[in-house]
Amino acid sequence: MKRFIYELSESWKIAFAQMQSNKTRSMLTALGVIIGIVAVTLMGTAITGIQTGFDRSMSILGDDVLYVSQFPWARVNDWWNYRDRREIKTEYAEPLNRMIAATPNSNLLLAVPTSSITKSVKRGDNQVTGILIQGTTADYPLISVVDFNEGRFFNEVENRAAGNVCLLGYDVADALFPSESPIGKEVQISGQQFRVLGVGARQGSFLGLFSLDSIVIVPLPTFKKFFSAKSESDVRVKVRDKLKLADAKDELTGLMRRVRALPPEKKNDFDINEQQAFKSTLDPVKNSIALAGLFITGLSLFVGAIGIMNITFVSVKERTKEIGTRKALGARRRTILLQFLIESTSLCILGGLIGLTFAYAMCFAIATAFPSFPVQFSVGLVLIGMFVSVFTGLVSGFAPAWSASRLDPVTALRYE
Amino acid sequence: MLNTDTIRPRGPIVIDIENITKHYVMGEETVHALRGVTLQIHRNEYLAIMGPSGSGKSTLMNMLGCLDTPSSGRYEFNGKDVSAMNDDELATIRNHEIGFVFQTFNLLPRSTSLRNVELPLIYAGIDAEVREERAADSLRAVGLGDRLQHKPNELSGGQRQRVAIARALVNNPSIILADEPTGNLDSKTGEEIMALLENLYQEGNTIILVTHEADIARHARRIVHLRDGLVESDATAEQPEIETLAFT
Ligand SMILES: Nc1ncnc2c1ncn2[C@@H]1O[C@H](COP(=O)(O)OP(=O)(O)OP(=O)(O)O)[C@@H](O)[C@H]1O
Ligand SMILES: [Mg+2]
Repeated sequence: MKRFIYELSESWKIAFAQMQSNKTRSMLTALGVIIGIVAVTLMGTAITGIQTGFDRSMSILGDDVLYVSQFPWARVNDWWNYRDRREIKTEYAEPLNRMIAATPNSNLLLAVPTSSITKSVKRGDNQVTGILIQGTTADYPLISVVDFNEGRFFNEVENRAAGNVCLLGYDVADALFPSESPIGKEVQISGQQFRVLGVGARQGSFLGLFSLDSIVIVPLPTFKKFFSAKSESDVRVKVRDKLKLADAKDELTGLMRRVRALPPEKKNDFDINEQQAFKSTLDPVKNSIALAGLFITGLSLFVGAIGIMNITFVSVKERTKEIGTRKALGARRRTILLQFLIESTSLCILGGLIGLTFAYAMCFAIATAFPSFPVQFSVGLVLIGMFVSVFTGLVSGFAPAWSASRLDPVTALRYE
Repeated sequence: MLNTDTIRPRGPIVIDIENITKHYVMGEETVHALRGVTLQIHRNEYLAIMGPSGSGKSTLMNMLGCLDTPSSGRYEFNGKDVSAMNDDELATIRNHEIGFVFQTFNLLPRSTSLRNVELPLIYAGIDAEVREERAADSLRAVGLGDRLQHKPNELSGGQRQRVAIARALVNNPSIILADEPTGNLDSKTGEEIMALLENLYQEGNTIILVTHEADIARHARRIVHLRDGLVESDATAEQPEIETLAFT
């Protein structure tokens, strides 16, 4: 055991001496690993970034909310079976809530309707386009996470009165009120003046597709008064226990059939969606992107590993006589194997450290230049990067180290 | 000048080989490097192996040094059967029992004298402090106490061979094997190295030397002549050559 430790430290010393005396060669070889590690870790950060963004988007949908809508979220191949479906009406929320209240031990809690349309929002000469105008009731904060930068949600009275009040998403407020608080001020939508009650906290984008901050929320009666043409509606229903989502879904399906007065022989002409539906459509896509990305970047690491293997073979060849001498002095096979494994591994560790430093710097630069781009550098990534480096070193060094350890001492000593 | 009498009481047998052969198969041909060599070497002998080029001297030396295993025959080292040992067991024997001195010195070029001499002790699993002390002692014993931190390229040929000898001695081996130790040195430096070996012999070491120079073989007390892989003669010197004892 002691001998093993001494041989180990001796091997590290040799490896360092080797690197020092062959600086250029070592750096060039390590470069392959550096590039590989940079590529793999950047891909890793992108993948975790995408995953985090995905999870955040999903949590905005809420894992305890069912969405009653006209069409399924998941992609379907038989769209013609869906095209004749009736629209979902915001009025469904009322009978649904009544039935929920009448059902003992209902798995459902509360139904809230929403209706939406895309419009421009103006304030004076400033205008922002493509803003999602969403009408809902004062219950909306009960089923959805609504964080405010300032102000508040509208209340039941304002809702009933169909008042011209609104809440601005972060981006809308930022664009229209760059240097002042919007609370109490007015914005214009389709020629109507709306008083701002509150400003939402920044939420980012949903799957990077559209900003969740480019939104304006108004009371549903107000929405109906001004924007009902071409709007889309759904009813969101919060469940009591998210572990019993399937039961809740069944219950809601039954209620919706009653609301729509569907005879038993008719199929559902609506869909109950939940975030899981998104996940199951998007997961395979996400996973194959991740896999392809890792494979391609892995190739560059593989090329780096071949470089290490090559240089270790060269090193063994150059030092055949030294290997013979060491064997004559009592080095066993294991000793020689260890020595060259550590040489290749130390090159990879060097490459890995430099690569991780570069990757960190690049992540930092990307995060500074494009804050919305999802890159995340973590301690876990460093550990994985180092593990991958060591692993690469061991794998690529094994063949040359093995051949060195098997050298016949006499042949090795004769080698010129 | 040579007779078969011994000049001093013999120590126990260190090397006992009987009918050793070694052949190399090279395609169609088989090269018989050793054709049946029988030899006994006692503790504190000073033996030279001579013979023309290609007679099998180095092959026999490698065999004695446990670097190679015989094609047939029996080899006992300190009473242990070596011919049945595997690579790692042979490595341990080499580490503990044998000190090699090569014609080309075979020092690690980027390591200091001290580190070079330490190497066998590392493979023996000896503690760092003890290691350094013993390596320094060994270097002092060959007259290089002031060259501990020099690298081989900062040393003369003779000094390099001294480092190699210090390395061979450091683990207190049973025998010292030197294959043409003066082959790469001028004759004066060669004489100095021979004087050093003589000194080591006087201190009780067992030395086996390969050479084809009679001048060098003269220093040994026993000379084995090889020809075509066979022992041609094996004779013990009547008297040590006193003038070579001067140690410079
Ligand atoms: N690895 C080998 N493969 C094939 N033949 C070998 C090998 N090693 C030695 N021989 C042959 O064995 C014979 C003896 O070689 P050896 O090296 O022992 O001679 P030597 O007496 O040391 O010669 P020299 O004085 O030139 O060093 C030679 O004919 C040589 O060609
Ligand atoms: Mg020879």
